[in-house]
Amino acid sequence: MIDTRVKIAGVEFKNPVTTASGTFASGREFSDFVDLNQLGAVTVKGVAAKPWVGNDAPRIAEVYGGMLNSVGLQNPGVEYFIKEDIPFLRGFDTKIIVNVCGHTIDQYVRCVERLAEADVDMLELNISCPNVTEGGMAFGTDCKMIEKVVSEVKKRAKQPLIVKMTPNVTDITETSKAAEAAGADALSMINTLTGMKIDIKRRKPVLANCVGGMSGPAVKPVAVRMVWQSAKAVKIPIIGMGGISCGEDAIEFIMAGATMVAVGTANFFNPRATVEVVEGIKSFMEENGVKNLSEIRGII
Amino acid sequence: MGKVIEQGTVISCNEISSGIFDLRISLPQICSLAKCGQFVEVYPDNGVNLLPRPISICEISGESLRLVFQVVGKGTELFSKLKAGDKIRVLGPCGNGYPEIEAEKYILVGGGIGVPPLLETAKKLAPKGNVSVYLGFRSGSILTDEFKKLTSEVYVATDDGSEGFKGNVVQLMEEKGAFGDVIFACGPKIMLKFLSEYGLKKGIETYVSMEERMACGIGACVGCVLKIKDGSGFLNKKVCKDGPVFNSKEVIWE
Repeated sequence: MIDTRVKIAGVEFKNPVTTASGTFASGREFSDFVDLNQLGAVTVKGVAAKPWVGNDAPRIAEVYGGMLNSVGLQNPGVEYFIKEDIPFLRGFDTKIIVNVCGHTIDQYVRCVERLAEADVDMLELNISCPNVTEGGMAFGTDCKMIEKVVSEVKKRAKQPLIVKMTPNVTDITETSKAAEAAGADALSMINTLTGMKIDIKRRKPVLANCVGGMSGPAVKPVAVRMVWQSAKAVKIPIIGMGGISCGEDAIEFIMAGATMVAVGTANFFNPRATVEVVEGIKSFMEENGVKNLSEIRGII
Repeated sequence: MGKVIEQGTVISCNEISSGIFDLRISLPQICSLAKCGQFVEVYPDNGVNLLPRPISICEISGESLRLVFQVVGKGTELFSKLKAGDKIRVLGPCGNGYPEIEAEKYILVGGGIGVPPLLETAKKLAPKGNVSVYLGFRSGSILTDEFKKLTSEVYVATDDGSEGFKGNVVQLMEEKGAFGDVIFACGPKIMLKFLSEYGLKKGIETYVSMEERMACGIGACVGCVLKIKDGSGFLNKKVCKDGPVFNSKEVIWE
């Protein structure tokens, strides 16, 4: 018998598969195609203390083996999330991870304080979005800022805190260590890589925001490398993501050192990707005599 | 809600005008759920072009879904090469179609590749009331004969005067004094903007089908937004889920 359970900061998940924030909304849109009970957790789209309007359209551009987005964290705010999305998700046997965004430390703190009494399992601090001018990635690329925002949020957080890391740095181990030192219970990586696409006929950028975040299968090798480097540098667990679209992809991340994995852009080209990744992991374990994922975690 | 992913079998794919293709796919489940003004997401599934392509529904005939699309990029180019018997993965139906409004006189207005979704709409409305159809093209026309089978009031405008009225479709409506209870439209944004002004001037409720670059097509990614009036400000609404059909009075025309 295989055992797919994993544990992060005292929270037990039935399997190591969650969703990458921003690719799955709060799960409602996918419930036509996916039994949400089959997922280890749903990581919801970023929520802020107040509603955010996001960037202008076009926000989406397709690139070779992936896509660019510049949504800019449009969200209806934490009050809406608490009222509408938590009761929906609690109808399923899955854990809830809330991605928290902010333009300033104060905004992150206010959102986390509002979530303190909410029925959610973990928080994921988004200091890595490339599509907002203040906050987001501006925090995640600077070790001093990481320490400041993570420690301030950690003081108020009632749930375990995951910090979502940007790949747009010279040395992921430095930023990872900064987040760990400031009190992060886990890390998630990678957020999107900044990219750009130009429409040569119109002689303009495709995205209204000019630049956006690149995701999809094409970024997977970068993500695996960063998880591998980071896993060797910190002691806290890592949730690996970046281009995962099947069970084999997930196993790569686990062998690189990830405890959990998240499915992101694949949800857009295969709405059943999450459950197929769960099934793929199970098949790999059965076919390769792996009884528990700890046997292969970080073996590289 | 109520969407499915279905592996369809291509019935036929023919070029009906330069760069415009008429694709018919056997999709029993989607056909049983779909209504006029909705769209489907068609997956290239070639390992390179990952995102599905949103294409409006031209006609629903039993288990056959008809899509009439223009080749504009790599995905649509791939679809144009489909042959009878080929398999193609489709998600749908997506979005809200045209609202069900009881009226005596409906006006349908289409521009270019925005014309196809009005065919199913005309089919549905013809038994309910009087339908007049105004179609605009750059040059020549598509599907005109099929509209003529449904109603005697079909008017065509072309930019180059190669067919019908020379000028744009809203100018043609001015010329004909087009009037009715409600307008349903699909076409380029600039055409819809002028049509919106026409509807306001004549006091006709106008519903427009909008387009935007999409990723998921089901309301999750929040990629395909359109600015909709909200008090003195605006909200970014999702074209795929909140639309693609909007009341033109709510749209902020830029």
